[in-house]
Amino acid sequence: MSTTNYLIRNARILGGEPQDIRVTDGVIAEIGAELAADGEQEIAADGLIALPGLVDLHTHLREPGREDAETVLSGTKAAAKGGFTAVHAMANTFPVADTAGVVEQVWRLGRESGYCDVQPIGAVTVGLEGKQLAELGAMADSAAQVRVFSDDGKCVDDAVIMRRALEYVKAFGGVVAQHAQEPRLTEGAQMNEGVVSGELGLAGWPAVAEESIIARDVLLAAHVGSRLHVCHLSTAGSVEIVRWAKSKGWDVTAEVTPHHLLLTDELVRSYDAVYKVNPPLRTEADVLALREALADGTIDIVATDHAPHPAEDKQCEWSAAAMGMVGLETALSVVQSAMVDTGLMDWAEVAERMSAKPAAISGIPGHGRPVSVGEPANLVLFDAQYRGAVNPDAFATRSRNTPYRGMDLPGRVVATFLRGDAKVLDGELV
Amino acid sequence: MKRHLISTADLTREDALLILDTTEQMAQVSARSVKKLPTLRGRTVVNLFFEDSTRTRTSFEVAEKRLSADVINFSAKGSSVSKGESLKDTALTLQAMGADAVVIRHSASGAPKLLADSDWLHGSVVNAGDGTHEHPTQALLDAFTMRRHLNPGVGHDLAGRRVTIVGDVLHSRVARSNVHLLHTLGAEVTLVAPPTLMPFGVETWPCQTSYDLDAALTKADAVMMLRVQRERMNAAFFPTQREYTRRYGLDARRLALMPEHALVMHPGPMVRGMEIESTIADSDRAVIVEQVANGVSVRMAVLYLLLGGSEPAITTSSANTSEETGK
Ligand SMILES: [Zn+2]
Ligand SMILES: [Zn+2]
Repeated sequence: MSTTNYLIRNARILGGEPQDIRVTDGVIAEIGAELAADGEQEIAADGLIALPGLVDLHTHLREPGREDAETVLSGTKAAAKGGFTAVHAMANTFPVADTAGVVEQVWRLGRESGYCDVQPIGAVTVGLEGKQLAELGAMADSAAQVRVFSDDGKCVDDAVIMRRALEYVKAFGGVVAQHAQEPRLTEGAQMNEGVVSGELGLAGWPAVAEESIIARDVLLAAHVGSRLHVCHLSTAGSVEIVRWAKSKGWDVTAEVTPHHLLLTDELVRSYDAVYKVNPPLRTEADVLALREALADGTIDIVATDHAPHPAEDKQCEWSAAAMGMVGLETALSVVQSAMVDTGLMDWAEVAERMSAKPAAISGIPGHGRPVSVGEPANLVLFDAQYRGAVNPDAFATRSRNTPYRGMDLPGRVVATFLRGDAKVLDGELV
Repeated sequence: MKRHLISTADLTREDALLILDTTEQMAQVSARSVKKLPTLRGRTVVNLFFEDSTRTRTSFEVAEKRLSADVINFSAKGSSVSKGESLKDTALTLQAMGADAVVIRHSASGAPKLLADSDWLHGSVVNAGDGTHEHPTQALLDAFTMRRHLNPGVGHDLAGRRVTIVGDVLHSRVARSNVHLLHTLGAEVTLVAPPTLMPFGVETWPCQTSYDLDAALTKADAVMMLRVQRERMNAAFFPTQREYTRRYGLDARRLALMPEHALVMHPGPMVRGMEIESTIADSDRAVIVEQVANGVSVRMAVLYLLLGGSEPAITTSSANTSEETGK
């Protein structure tokens, strides 16, 4: 229970008219104009937009195993600074989160951190090796109550294993989140296969390597009547497949990362490995298709795929560098830049795609709720007027592998509340 | 001239002609009995080779010594590089040693550009071949060799000359560098390869492409055969060596299709019997040995120009003092 109650003055809920929000004992107690103070700490939110706490369905917290890149504590601090009140920790840790023991460990570390809720994701197969199902039921029944399963970082490429996983998790309302990457078509792949890869002499990562797996998986999900979630969809062709699957009424959801909404493979011409990511940055045409799909709901959610790496894994030859970008602390700004400032989405739609829908896919309780009376006070106050250069040195994440260093991005998280507790105030961790 | 030589795409027509004309001067030095200039005396040039290439390293080393530079060979074999020292740490070490230029060979595409764009070292960076990206001094020596035969003369380019480049274009840094440079010099380039060995997006390159070698040979002024590694067939790029040679190898029948004056070139090392029949490689139509000799002159010219060669390479006085009479 929170010790301090708050009265937030003149916040524009989902970008609407300014209103006051009274937060009492971790719950939104009252919303209205010019509420009378009742001993609360008052927060001037003039001009700020109030959103429900963001929910990230795809976060690499790196603990256990790669604490040099990130820990649950540093990652959840970064999440709070980015406006997130819940993150889903991917399973590709060392050891892999493929047992009840490991997912409970991550879950416990999240509880201890206190900056945001941590919902572990369980591996689909033992050691992410794609051969033998992990004990999905045990992870579901554990204290961590895992419902999302993913071998992310690797693709469940064996069609039979994928089929079984899709079927098996139905017993406990689970969902398989697929990292769609046909392994043979991407052996040694370094960047999007296109004009740029041909010129740069970097091994190409064809769009079809992603699309062929998504096509197979939506057909499998339809065949066995299961739920499928597609991670970090990155090509225009993938959008078409998901759109088709949804038109059939199949239970398929999809996510896009902030960086795939903003950046293209032209950046790779620098050979700066900060732009190396899996799936790779694609073309302008792909970026525009992804934006359109997120706006029209074909793509359900934005998920960061926050992937911290230490400097030495990025300041090296492109082919030797690790894949991934940090994203928690810039996600909302990038979405504003790509989707809101372009007129494609309003703030209510941002809340839908970055809070309500990811929470619904995961089934995580108490998150993704509307900003209304009686709901848990998971809230973000966001200054959409702000403009400034991204300064990675101010990040809370342990790693600095951001592609946005020095880039002018709009918007800034001013405050984040987790069940009424201020985790961020005036843009700083509390 | 820029400070680095990373890609032939960075060279303007004027840059390219300056290098070729300077190479002509350097070739004169190489023809003398005492093949040495004092130009880079007191300057340090590091040959940083992360990938074995005795022929390229030797060519650079000879060029550097003919310019009187202090030469350091820093090879991945037997150095800390093979123990996992990073490119960054290696660069910082070379910077501390006061390297004025670093000639880098690396199996990773982009490593020279990374080095040039970093603040790890301040000297000039010369790309001596990076992955499947570029090999600019090879393209320059190829262009120099072609110009000598097809349009000799200072200030001349290769306008209208037809060059056919055959083989594993996909994995070839030589092809990429040649396409840019030959286009800049006005030549018409045709790439010939099986479709599996054509790079994605090649239709956006400033050249023609063809799958039919015979047709591409009849009007060629020069044909450049690229090395094809036998292992490529294991990755299903082509079925067998025999089929590759039949469809894309240069044999006597194909040589007869070419005009009388057309040159046969190869960047080496050759796979005799694979992309080129041995007798043709040794015939008087082939300028392969000449390419090697020109390689030294081109590398002398590049280093001379990058390391602040504002003075003419050879003046009467420097030609005299170059005789190493000892001061
Ligand atoms: Zn992934
Ligand atoms: Zn991921």
